[in-house]
Amino acid sequence: MLNVENLHVAYGGIRALKGVSLRVEEGEIVTIIGANGAGKSTLLNAISGFLKPAAGTMSFKGKPLGRRPDIIVRDGICHVPEGRLVFANLSVENNLAMGAYLRNDKKAVAADLERVYSLFPRLAERSKQSAGTLSGGEQQMLAMGRALMTDGDLVLMDEPSLGLAPLLVQTVFEIIGEIHKLGKTILLVEQNAFRALSVADRAYVLEQGRIVKEGKASDVAADPAVRDSYLGAESKAGG
Amino acid sequence: MSSYLEGIIMLSGINLIAVLGLSLLTGFAGLFSFGHAGFMAIGAYSAAICTTIFKLPFFVGIAAAAAAAAGASWLIGRATLRLKGDYFCIATLGFGEAIRLILDNFQGLGGARGWPGIPPHTTLVNILILDVIGVVLLANLVRSRHGRNMIAVREEELAAQVAGINTFKYKMLALVVSAAYAGVAGALLGHYMTFIQPKMFSMVKSTELTIIVIFGGLGSISGSVLGAVVLTFLPELLRAVDKWRLVVYGLAVIGIMIGRPRGLMGGFELTPKSVRAHFARLREAKAARADQAAEEKGGL
Repeated sequence: MLNVENLHVAYGGIRALKGVSLRVEEGEIVTIIGANGAGKSTLLNAISGFLKPAAGTMSFKGKPLGRRPDIIVRDGICHVPEGRLVFANLSVENNLAMGAYLRNDKKAVAADLERVYSLFPRLAERSKQSAGTLSGGEQQMLAMGRALMTDGDLVLMDEPSLGLAPLLVQTVFEIIGEIHKLGKTILLVEQNAFRALSVADRAYVLEQGRIVKEGKASDVAADPAVRDSYLGAESKAGG
Repeated sequence: MSSYLEGIIMLSGINLIAVLGLSLLTGFAGLFSFGHAGFMAIGAYSAAICTTIFKLPFFVGIAAAAAAAAGASWLIGRATLRLKGDYFCIATLGFGEAIRLILDNFQGLGGARGWPGIPPHTTLVNILILDVIGVVLLANLVRSRHGRNMIAVREEELAAQVAGINTFKYKMLALVVSAAYAGVAGALLGHYMTFIQPKMFSMVKSTELTIIVIFGGLGSISGSVLGAVVLTFLPELLRAVDKWRLVVYGLAVIGIMIGRPRGLMGGFELTPKSVRAHFARLREAKAARADQAAEEKGGL
């Protein structure tokens, strides 16, 4: 579904991605794990068109990826940005309506809104409240709901568990599973490697702008080097 | 009406048009510009060329002013709108000063000495007509889908992109429309003064426009109208305190901004509907008080 080949991205003179290649097949959950500054968010931002790659090719559903963020959204890639980024002054309802900005089929939009509300009952309860007054976890749910409203086929998620309480982290990963069941393909970037690997089909390990390992999520999780660097105490505690 | 009073009303009407444009750019699209006097200059000189050299009617001059300023802003926008916040602001400042310096040194249009003998076409009536057209157009634009998209870009640019809004396009639209307004204001100013000089369109003028927009309240058209009228009249009213005039003006602006940090009308609109709603609330409150009083009496 998504093919990225030999992608290079630089911020001024600093090279953030140095020839990254990856693919995501339809119906998969693929995760990219790595330390802070490995280039995980840069990779997602390049796919979404927020950053211009210095070199490399990207294709989606067999066609070259569009050049502008709005065209990429139209083609069916939706992005749940890091740090949530909701419209704080708009109501929850209107934030979700913004997600459906590019769609004209009112019936399908209404059906999707119902689906989002059933997935996130908290959002339904607070639909008239302004998004800025939601808690961090609720804002994360809203950002996910807004992405679902775009009706994209591929959902990019940037650190959805960042800064959330452990119990909410659990909920967020359950929701990722639910979204997958709706038929969405998911590319998930996470620092919480243990959880990400347990929900994903395949995984890539990103280190200093390069893919150093890839494979089935269970194999990557079993890899001694990965266990050492990324899973650490949590894998021991979690079993 | 005394001609002095009429003059001030005309000046505030001219200022208002430039302020309305800047209000769209700053208040609704969230982009600060310190170069709008440059667009006014382009408008003033373009209109003067049309009416003075080519002897064309005034409305042609006004249309040419809007078109020239819009065209210039499109070029500037292409080059600078990808810059983030502060950098865009500095780029517009550079643009405004560049326009002034070019006109200063271009002898064909009078250079720094200025250009006298422009026909006095601007009247109170055509200013008021353009003010009304300006407000109606802007109010419709802001309430349209395009206006909402601009507000989305202002509120959270990345979130707007994620929703599929072409943010560059809407920033450009705001910039081009606001420059066209500034161009029209420049044309009116030139044909009111009958004399134009690059010095009239310096950074001080750009800053004045931005102050009026912020003073009136970002994101409020009625605030911009109120701001333009109040801040054009205020320095004239303060002529009584003579040389302390601008000091008092500055203090008054600071005082009002402390009292109302979001500007006179920040976020609110004065429309017949909002006024009716306000009175309805007052009536309800009064009725509720009356009910309560009646109940208390009944209880006794």
